[in-house]
Amino acid sequence: MSEPMVQVHNVTKVYERGKQQVEVLHGLTLDIPKGDFVALMGPSGSGKTTLLNLIGGLDKPTSGEITVGGNRIDQLGSGALARWRAHNVGFVFQFYNLMPVLSAEANVELPLLLTKLSAAQRRKNVAVALEVVGLADRAKHKPRELSGGQEQRVAIARALVSDPQLLVCDEPTGDLDRKTADEILGLLQVLNKEHGKTIVIVTHDPKAAEFAQRTLHLEKGQLLEQAA
Amino acid sequence: MTRTGFVIANLFRKRVRTILTLLSVIMAFLLFGLLQSVNSVFSSGADFVGATRLFVQARVSFTTALPVSMVPKLEAIPGVVRVAYQQWFGGVWLPTNTPLIMFTLDPQRYHDVYPEWKMPEDQWQAFEHTRTGLIVGRQLAQQYGWKVGQKVPISSNIWPQKNGSKAWQFDLVGIFDGKDADWQKRTNLAFIQQDYFDEANQFGIKGRTNFFILKLAPGANAEAISKTVDAMFENSPDETKTQTEKDFNISFVKQIGDIGLIVRWILFAVFFTLLLVVGNTMAQSVRERIPELAVLKTLGFSDGSVLGFVLAEAFALVLLGGLVGLTLASIAGAMVEKQTGGQFLLELDRGVWLLGVAAIVLMSLAVGGLPALRARRLKIVDALAGR
Ligand SMILES: Nc1ncnc2c1ncn2[C@@H]1O[C@H](COP(=O)(O)OP(=O)(O)O)[C@@H](O)[C@H]1O
Ligand SMILES: [Mg+2]
Repeated sequence: MSEPMVQVHNVTKVYERGKQQVEVLHGLTLDIPKGDFVALMGPSGSGKTTLLNLIGGLDKPTSGEITVGGNRIDQLGSGALARWRAHNVGFVFQFYNLMPVLSAEANVELPLLLTKLSAAQRRKNVAVALEVVGLADRAKHKPRELSGGQEQRVAIARALVSDPQLLVCDEPTGDLDRKTADEILGLLQVLNKEHGKTIVIVTHDPKAAEFAQRTLHLEKGQLLEQAA
Repeated sequence: MTRTGFVIANLFRKRVRTILTLLSVIMAFLLFGLLQSVNSVFSSGADFVGATRLFVQARVSFTTALPVSMVPKLEAIPGVVRVAYQQWFGGVWLPTNTPLIMFTLDPQRYHDVYPEWKMPEDQWQAFEHTRTGLIVGRQLAQQYGWKVGQKVPISSNIWPQKNGSKAWQFDLVGIFDGKDADWQKRTNLAFIQQDYFDEANQFGIKGRTNFFILKLAPGANAEAISKTVDAMFENSPDETKTQTEKDFNISFVKQIGDIGLIVRWILFAVFFTLLLVVGNTMAQSVRERIPELAVLKTLGFSDGSVLGFVLAEAFALVLLGGLVGLTLASIAGAMVEKQTGGQFLLELDRGVWLLGVAAIVLMSLAVGGLPALRARRLKIVDALAGR
């Protein structure tokens, strides 16, 4: 097997709800090799989003180790974790989460404000990212002037623009119709196959499995069988 | 796009709300600029530089009368060339019930002390020799269409005549103008003879006046003379307060009340209201884009950067409104200055601008601080999940 991109080792996650403690993940272990395209499925509340957030460094495990691209991200402080996210991981959400006041290209440029790139260099990278998602002609449009599928493409361009090796997507097609959903999944497949991105998507969509290389099932905070 | 561009784009996410808020900031700083410069006029110290005339009033208040018999003593002081005096008549133009700026005075003395007023010499003569004579400034004459030679009925809200009637009648014997644009703007005055007043008023008030005007010799030491005058009448029944024309004009307005205190209270109320208005705008604006702020953090912006974005927004809002408001205040101040012929120098001096900038910074922190801290504390996973 090729070298690992994501290593989750014996991770538990406990949320505090007032006085109550809820353990969502119970000693979960998972390896995702570089270049993989994993679909993470499972019933609502099984902990998919929780796991994805941990892999993407949005939250920290209660115990256990998480190594991504060779970095022990569970040990990073919040500032270092933010810097790590900026360079190593792209996020795509169900509701796109674009900045409504910014044009498509400005949305895509936003993560580059954290880099030392010149304005011209930023513009170039933005153009490339929009080209990749097939939205070069909509660069000046505001999110509300775009369809759901187009918004999601902008969001994918934003996730790509700083060239991270890992993309994590939480139900990226959950709000789209079948045809548009297939287009987005096809785009992710291209990013995986042609650009070598490692992709983890959480989905309820059984068809997503057809696009992914493999599917994992999470139930009550534990992984079931690993389908081929 | 830059970080600044991003802040400005966010500022105008709700255009109407931002503009309304901006207007309230502009209004507040306009008021601040005007009131603060009024205040600095009133709190400025005595300035004797270049004074050619001194005003002598009763120490308690210029509404307290002084005896005209002080004139020879004042005129004996070295450096004093000539002394005139004026008493408030409380004139009212009956047909429109409009108060007039009207004084009783000694025509000749006044003429000597105020060469700035231009009037044909025969009219000065007529004023001196007509017991019921009245002279008025050009503006006043134009306003009411008065012509030399006509009778002008004026009532006094202070002084009835011997027959008990408050309605006086004067003969208009002259119309004066100012020697230059500044003085021409002040020709809204009216003067009558002190002698006629002395004999015709009901209370038998004689030889009393509200203030003396000392005309100084060229190069005379105004400050020293003012001290000499006040020392001369110290511990007498008629203690005096002597100041320059400019300071006298200022203290005239000060009679209304403690200007500084009034100004402070108004500004306190204005800025307190502003705090609520802008604070509410900022809080609302942060509340309605919690998910967006969480996305910023997701993309790798630090907690500090997100705090910075919100603070910068508050600062941009208050700075823009503040600078516009202060600029409007300085324009308005310059207009007031022109209108009053330079009697009120309402320019925004450096002190007012500095205070204004300090107010802008403090106000930004006050209205942006809490929302910015809230944005900084935001936990990504909770915010994204709408918790
Ligand atoms: N920030 C949180 N605070 C408290 N409980 C949470 C939080 N996030 C998730 N949970 C709980 O953890 C469980 C798993 O949630 P989640 O990972 O979102 O599941 P999924 O994405 O599979 O639907 C749910 O019961 C949810 O209510
Ligand atoms: Mg979920």
